[in-house]
Amino acid sequence: MSFLADNFALLRDAFLTTLSLAVLSGICALLLGTLLTAMRVSPVKPLRGAATFYVEVFRNTPLTVVFFFLAFGIVEIDLQFPTRFITAVAALSLYTAAFVSEALRSGINSVPPGQAEAARALGLGFRQTLTSIVLPQAFRTVVPPLGNVWIALAKNTSIAAGFAVTELAAALVRLSNENADQLLTVFLAIVAAYLVITLPSAWLIGVIERRTAILR
Amino acid sequence: MSTSTVLFDIPGPQARRRHRIGSFIGGLVLLALIGLALWRLGVNGQLEPARWAVLFDPNSGVPQTLGNALVRTLQVAAVAMVAATLLGALLAFGRLSDHRWVRMPATAVIEFFRAVPLLILILFCLLYLPTVGLRVGPFGALAIGLTLYNMAVLAEIFRAGILSVDRGQREAASALGMRKSQVMLLVLLPQAVRRMLPVLIAQLVVLLKDSSLGFIVGYFELLRSARSLVEFFNSRFGDLYTFQLYVAAAVIYIVVNLLLSALARFVERRTRRNTKVAATAEVELPADVQMGGGGGAVPV
Repeated sequence: MSFLADNFALLRDAFLTTLSLAVLSGICALLLGTLLTAMRVSPVKPLRGAATFYVEVFRNTPLTVVFFFLAFGIVEIDLQFPTRFITAVAALSLYTAAFVSEALRSGINSVPPGQAEAARALGLGFRQTLTSIVLPQAFRTVVPPLGNVWIALAKNTSIAAGFAVTELAAALVRLSNENADQLLTVFLAIVAAYLVITLPSAWLIGVIERRTAILR
Repeated sequence: MSTSTVLFDIPGPQARRRHRIGSFIGGLVLLALIGLALWRLGVNGQLEPARWAVLFDPNSGVPQTLGNALVRTLQVAAVAMVAATLLGALLAFGRLSDHRWVRMPATAVIEFFRAVPLLILILFCLLYLPTVGLRVGPFGALAIGLTLYNMAVLAEIFRAGILSVDRGQREAASALGMRKSQVMLLVLLPQAVRRMLPVLIAQLVVLLKDSSLGFIVGYFELLRSARSLVEFFNSRFGDLYTFQLYVAAAVIYIVVNLLLSALARFVERRTRRNTKVAATAEVELPADVQMGGGGGAVPV
């Protein structure tokens, strides 16, 4: 236990890095994913095509490869993210947005057609129908899947360890290299740190789901 | 709601013209961006044919290395897939068991391995197992990690499949005097597997994607091999082939995954045509499972 106390600063910083990675990427992915979904149901065919292409590509690319390209690939076109942390946020956001979009699209499909028909009968345009009628209902039905995406994202942040971001998995590697005798304690601490993020999230998702549920 | 036309009117001539103009301008901007990227690549000399030729030149050893790497990627994915399927089926039986002392441990195992990031599992196998006398290399660590995580995911898929079989089937089988194990193996499992086949294949795609985590633990799968090739060439010719090799690795990944996804869709169409499994609700893998890389839900 004293061992954990000695490395408390490292573990705390790593935990906070993981948490901020997850929160920032989660927000960016939610925004980008919503935009992609709007494109996928829009009247403009090229927009639909572009968004579908994006989703298909990112769903079929390993997250590690996305990381890799943003860390080492885009240097070749003279672009570079200011820090490794921002690279990680970008990779996680781009990857997760595809899954957010998939979840949201199934939510839009579950909104009864009568809602959109009524909105259009009242004279609302596509943008108004989507933003004030359909999306608010869609978001409510996809709380559980979006919550799962969020939890998966929280765990996916561990891949940033391979790209020089000192989050929990990287702290794990560093601590285990220095303290071969304490390996089990280190692993337990790191797993517990992840559970501190995921278990309350799961609970909170349940609460939000009950609060926002709509009877049909 | 079908997303086709409920949300908007079919565009009229004026709207269509607006869309055309918009698409044209958007296309121009996109082309300009791609052109800009290509131009930067060109300025940096990345587009020279000689640099790309190395990918296809057997004398350079690159096609062989990437081919071997693909085989190694598929190897670890295949080992993990078979082991995870068997263990997953066992865990699913365990979780569906009538006996509390079987059900509880199985449930605990499933929920634990779904809640821990895959990378942590792999690192655990790589770093901890050798200290207790189990020598596993990067291959073993990757295979065991992928197996542990995916068996938990697959167990849930199997369980959902078995529970989705009409209960009349189970009751009829019991009425015929079958034992519980016979009911499960001869009646429920075949129907469940046929139902869950598309989902199982989708999970194979996820597993294949996850094998790229070998990059971090030093297993020479595609990505790691590409990197070692890059390091090899860098030491001899300088920073010549970096970009090309990474692009090749990424393209191989995407193509293999798209092929598997297409296979999953094909199988799905086949099974849906099959009258024996008719009236099955469309099954889809939850988004968190598809995300892989340590995904999976925590019990809610």
